[in-house]
Amino acid sequence: MSLGDSSSQLGKVRGLGSAREGGEHWIGERVSSVALLFLGAWLIASLLFLPSLDFATISEWLRSPLGAVPMALFIVTSFYHGLDGLKVVVDDYVHDAGSNFALNTLLLFAAVGGAAFALFALAKIAFGAAA
Amino acid sequence: MAEQRARPLSPHLGIWRWGPGMTASIFHRISGGALTVAGLAVLTWWLLSLADGADAYGDFSAIAGTWVGLVVLIGLTWAFFQHLLSGIRHLIMDTGENFELGGNKTSAIATFVGAVVLTAAVWFYVLGVAK
Repeated sequence: MSLGDSSSQLGKVRGLGSAREGGEHWIGERVSSVALLFLGAWLIASLLFLPSLDFATISEWLRSPLGAVPMALFIVTSFYHGLDGLKVVVDDYVHDAGSNFALNTLLLFAAVGGAAFALFALAKIAFGAAA
Repeated sequence: MAEQRARPLSPHLGIWRWGPGMTASIFHRISGGALTVAGLAVLTWWLLSLADGADAYGDFSAIAGTWVGLVVLIGLTWAFFQHLLSGIRHLIMDTGENFELGGNKTSAIATFVGAVVLTAAVWFYVLGVAK
């Protein structure tokens, strides 16, 4: 069973339910949640065990590969997982097709835009000249 | 189309007695929403201030250190642990386990106790170190 092939054989015969799709979203939400288990624990532990939270210490940490790379992964995964989760909330409570589409589009723009700003900031810190 | 008569609905929210299971469920959704909206906004703001230089990071730290800032950060820490623990509980339930009434209730209560204990531990440590 591949990632995008999550429905049962019976479900395939019946046409994958009314939406004809959807298993990928459910699986993606869970796979990203497991990734965030590790990345979230890493972020909290890092912030707790850094010798200081001042500008120089944090900048130096985010310039090193072991700071910048997990942070990039955390940004992408958390925005992805947050978008997934809020989409479920919108789909549960907003039944009008037009409003549902508009809200989900707005969420997508906000998540991609937010992640882009966070990644830009991280790149500037990571690749900027040492202070 | 003829006007439809009000049809009997299945018993809904109003008649249920609150229990740990449904409380964990709605708190999972609330904490996830808070983490996505407020948590990712704070993360992005923090990274942008770091990218902007020591002065901007100083401004961020000053706002984070006010009592409003601390309430938001402690609240986000709690939301993080609540969502993490009830997320683990959901992953276990995805495997078909933990649906017996007693065990399900115990694991729901454990997410609340665990989240408060972990949040308190983190912030006692942070505020203790800061002094």
